[in-house]
Amino acid sequence: MATLEIRDLHVSVEADNATKEILKGVDLIVKQGETHAIMGPNGSGKSTLAYSLAGHPKYTITSGTVTLDGEDVLAMTVDERARAGLFLAMQYPVEVPGVSVSNFLRTSATAVRGEAPKLRTWVKEVKETMADLQMDPAFAERNVNEGFSGGEKKRHEILQLELLKPKVAILDETDSGLDVDALRVVSEGVNRVRETGEVGTLLITHYTRILRYIKPDFVHVFANGRIAESGGAELADKLENEGYEAYVKGGASA
Amino acid sequence: MAEAQNIPAGSTTTGSIAVAAESTVATRMSAPPSFDVADFPVPHGREEEWRFTPLERLRGLHDGTAVATGGAVKVVVEAPEGVTIETVGRDDARLGRAGTPVDRVAAQAYSSFEQASVITVAKEAVLAEPIRIAVHGEGGVAYAHQVIELGAFAEAVVVIDHTGDAVVAGNVDYVLGDGAKLTVVSVQDWDDTAVHAAQHNALIGRDATFKSIVVTFGGDLVRLHPRVSYAGTGGEAELFGLYFTDKGQHQEHRLFVDHNTPHCKSNAVYKGALQGDGAHAVWIGDVLIQAKAEGTDTYEMNRNLVLTDGARVDSVPNLEIETGEIVGAGHASATGRFDDEQLFYLMSRGIPAEDARRLVVRGFFAELVQHIGLPDVEARLLDKIEAELKASV
Repeated sequence: MATLEIRDLHVSVEADNATKEILKGVDLIVKQGETHAIMGPNGSGKSTLAYSLAGHPKYTITSGTVTLDGEDVLAMTVDERARAGLFLAMQYPVEVPGVSVSNFLRTSATAVRGEAPKLRTWVKEVKETMADLQMDPAFAERNVNEGFSGGEKKRHEILQLELLKPKVAILDETDSGLDVDALRVVSEGVNRVRETGEVGTLLITHYTRILRYIKPDFVHVFANGRIAESGGAELADKLENEGYEAYVKGGASA
Repeated sequence: MAEAQNIPAGSTTTGSIAVAAESTVATRMSAPPSFDVADFPVPHGREEEWRFTPLERLRGLHDGTAVATGGAVKVVVEAPEGVTIETVGRDDARLGRAGTPVDRVAAQAYSSFEQASVITVAKEAVLAEPIRIAVHGEGGVAYAHQVIELGAFAEAVVVIDHTGDAVVAGNVDYVLGDGAKLTVVSVQDWDDTAVHAAQHNALIGRDATFKSIVVTFGGDLVRLHPRVSYAGTGGEAELFGLYFTDKGQHQEHRLFVDHNTPHCKSNAVYKGALQGDGAHAVWIGDVLIQAKAEGTDTYEMNRNLVLTDGARVDSVPNLEIETGEIVGAGHASATGRFDDEQLFYLMSRGIPAEDARRLVVRGFFAELVQHIGLPDVEARLLDKIEAELKASV
């Protein structure tokens, strides 16, 4: 069973000629089949955790370890991490002009699966997954993220999640900017992947709204660069009622 | 409107739209056009038309020291039925009708060639196959002149391939009769030691259509002047260009569209990718809409994609408008880096850096390549782009 293990992770960024520590010792274990919600106020470091795990060059790991099934993730390049089974659904997916969605999907599936998917089954697979996500087939011929609406970008991210079948999926604020219908469609996509039991999900969110559609096994409150409290789904209800105030204050005085 | 985004250090994008009573496109050249090399002073490099060009790499084409060596280039022409191919002397009346040399190197070429080639497509002939001209450099210096003339309502595709090593300067005249349709693909696939300077003059007849595709991959220094003017109303010019400038290469394209006739169209799209230390691409896009050219519709665009540090782009679109009675006029220029965020996004989907780069460059050029409309040429260009990327630094 695939396990992502994060131990005492410290991460900093360079900003205004100064080094700023953002993650201050994160410990977390995500196993295949589990869903962990990471919730926290703006600026608490949630997205930094997501991008650091994916290997974004902006972030410097200063100490700690990250392993996937015992393999050192931090020693891998960005593409190696993806091929090892990590997937990051981004909050702000990047436009890639001139590269069509269909070409992009096939190229990445080929890279992740280690061989080109058979054309006939592949076309069917893409078509069906797009239909499930209520995406127009014409979408496949558009350039990656170019001129996509917020909802289209998120559907496209989840489409990739469904096609690439990672061991661990990190969803960075996938719910932000979505209306209720789009949120439901996107959540159903995530749930289809979860139901296979083959993915560990790290759901990063600011709001509890998405948790009505995607039921987490664990909820972690993220504050001031570390996990301040962990619990079951009931912790989300507490956050819904009380907000992050207690953690922000606690973080400031810590 | 000129736009500039993410301009890498060491690159320039300047643009201007001037509304003037008198053209400055002509006056900012250091000498008026002439067929005689003696009418041009030897450039020192600070002139407007020479300021981007490393003169020392012209191997004497600009100062009279490059003497023709004979046998420097081998030319093979394959043409279908309906085409006449002639080799003529300097006094042939059909030479030099489409345009006059605008700089010293073009004038040197016009003053120095011994024989010219004249290719004629009879009026109303519609060629089933392209005319293929293979120009192979065998080393040495050559001056050339070539005329390609289409009679009224003739239709032809011409593919000119430049390969091998040579120091070549020349002028090419495209003369299009009324209603004629000419597509020219000029591929500069020289060895990395070659020097190629040429002026391409198109004179577009009434209701005629000229499509030019200039593809520059090779050469130590390539400097081309694709130029268009109109002999009658209703003419259309489409000028497409694609260049891939590698380490140490200087590739310069200087376009000029002279809207000297009412109700004509022009559209120029040049795209280039650069990689490696000292790669230098220059794009000049001059469009002049003369006072009498009412009903003109023109647009020009230059896009550059800088793949590595150490490369330089100079992109200068100029639009000069002497009448307001036009359909449209615009220009755009942008030079961008292959973005780290794009690279991260693609790599985060398992795609290795090299493949990601290839995907983006293919995408960058794909739209332009699709405009060519010649499947074998399109396929070859895409293959060539792949090869350039594989050979990357």
